[in-house]
Amino acid sequence: MHEFLAQLANGVELGAIYALIALGYTLVYGILELINFAHGDVYTFGSFVALGIFVGLRAAGVLHGAGLILGIAAALIAAIIASALLNAGIERLAYRRLRKAPRLAPLITAIGVSFMLENLIELWQGSAPVPFPNVIPNPQLHIGALEVGVQQIVVVALAIVTMVTLHFFVQRSKLGKAMRAVAQDRDAASLVGINVDRTIAITFLIAGALAGVAGFVGGVSFGSAWFLNGFGAGLRAFTAAVLGGIGNIAGAMLGGFLIGMLESFSTWLIGGQWSNVAVFSVLILVLVFRPSGLLGETLPEKV
Amino acid sequence: MIYTYAFVAIAACVAIERFHNRRAKATIVLILAAFLAIAPRFYGNDAVFSVLADAAVYVMLALGLNIVVGFAGLLDLGYAAFFAIGAYTYGMLASPQFGLHLPFWVLLFLAAALAALFGALLGAPTLRLHGDYLAIVTLGFGEIVPQIFQNLTKYTGGPNGIAALDVPTFFGHSFGASVMPYYYIALVGIAAALWISRNLRESRLGRAWMAIREDELAAKHAGIDVLRSKLAAFAIGASFSGIGGVLFAAKLALVSPDLFGFQVSVLIVSMLVLGGMGNIVGVVVGSLLLTIVNSALLPQINSLVDATFHTTVDLSNLHFLIYGAILVGIMLFRPEGLLPNRERRAELHHAGEAAGDA
Repeated sequence: MHEFLAQLANGVELGAIYALIALGYTLVYGILELINFAHGDVYTFGSFVALGIFVGLRAAGVLHGAGLILGIAAALIAAIIASALLNAGIERLAYRRLRKAPRLAPLITAIGVSFMLENLIELWQGSAPVPFPNVIPNPQLHIGALEVGVQQIVVVALAIVTMVTLHFFVQRSKLGKAMRAVAQDRDAASLVGINVDRTIAITFLIAGALAGVAGFVGGVSFGSAWFLNGFGAGLRAFTAAVLGGIGNIAGAMLGGFLIGMLESFSTWLIGGQWSNVAVFSVLILVLVFRPSGLLGETLPEKV
Repeated sequence: MIYTYAFVAIAACVAIERFHNRRAKATIVLILAAFLAIAPRFYGNDAVFSVLADAAVYVMLALGLNIVVGFAGLLDLGYAAFFAIGAYTYGMLASPQFGLHLPFWVLLFLAAALAALFGALLGAPTLRLHGDYLAIVTLGFGEIVPQIFQNLTKYTGGPNGIAALDVPTFFGHSFGASVMPYYYIALVGIAAALWISRNLRESRLGRAWMAIREDELAAKHAGIDVLRSKLAAFAIGASFSGIGGVLFAAKLALVSPDLFGFQVSVLIVSMLVLGGMGNIVGVVVGSLLLTIVNSALLPQINSLVDATFHTTVDLSNLHFLIYGAILVGIMLFRPEGLLPNRERRAELHHAGEAAGDA
């Protein structure tokens, strides 16, 4: 029971991170029908930016008391801004020109961008995992038989707040409405006066920002950052997005938590070396038997 | 020296593309074949032929993937899985692992058959999926296969893989430590792969693939059995990779799971994209260029840089950057590749003018 609850908490924490990344896939897929393969690497980039800020601030000796709170906020905001700009930059330089190309062309380009980013991050930070400075205290709480760290609770809370904000933004704000309109019909949206290019750019900014939050959160909770982190986490998050129904925001969150649980429990029950196999088997099974995902609607095939 | 061979081969390929006269093409092919067969007697050393033998294996893999991606238009991001299946077939059946020492020549065909079988097994449920979804499913498969080989330690040696694989023999003569037999086998393999590719392209099946690639719905309504044609593409493409895997494993005398990761699949996709998807000669050029860059040019630039600046940089970790830049650059500026296939080029440029979501 004790172990079960620990795995459950672990799964929720992993799930929150995957859900944040999955939202980025889903937003971009919803609007462009593009699997932004480089998204996982934007997440890695966010992790390293947060790590850099922590290292810098610790060296300056300001990470205690109120300085710690400000430092955490600074690292989070820097990761968000850096990832958002990177993602929007990728869209501008690589994807925009290919909007009217056959669908495989942007996907191949996205894989290319992903490889370039991974290599550049490796050149920048080396090929070994870099430990995250252990600056955030993590007292353990006991709730019944459940033992969780404060960090875990903060991580999950931060993720949930982000997701709820996103949901209201997309559903209620004018920009969110424009995003949904462009996703539905790009030409019609431009006819009613929506600036399509700008809306798509903003979508990439938001997706990147979410990856930045995930990068920060992931770095803190895994305790390290690694240039290839984004590949595995990205594929898991993409699986989560597909499982929930790609293009569907609530689906991405649900999928994220389910994949987090799957990873945590498969690691516990059948061993960590099988968790990849479990996750990718789910990906294949969902795509084959229910490509619209759990919450997605079935769309007629576009001709 | 390696550049001489690469240059001759690439120049011959370009010439073949330029000439439209069948006779002229056939002559160039014969001269090239004679040169590649005879020149090693006079010119070159083991290091050069080792690289060329590897290049030849990659050409075979690229030709196999070209059937799937180039002809049938199905993006397969897990092609290395079939390469792994071929390599492990040799690794498990011709090594001390189980004490089985089946002959190389038998395993060549067995691996082709096994890879084709797995191609069909993967394809049967997934080929209904379209475009990028299929790409992601194949990627997942490509991740699962090496992981399974890594996990089943009892049978596959786990993360360390299987070493000390049998040295193949030819009518009782052992290949020994020489790389030449692999070079010649790979040459014959390429010749066969080219011949099969060309005949397939002109066949009924090849035209069905082209129709599916250009417009699946129209192809279906024209009476083409879409699923069966796609399955055939998957199986045939995979079988090339199976043979390549046996050659690769036998030459290296080793298999291990980390040799068949996603980067291998992307490397081969990059070869196709660079040369021109769908065009047989273009694919050969693309794979030759990339292999030469990887195994000759980069190490040489590396030692040059080190010697000039007294540094010890490691350019071998620029591979990802190079593949990535090729994929992005070609897609943005010349989506049809260096040596394009005429129809494919028309598709890519036509699509740019027509509506987006075909």
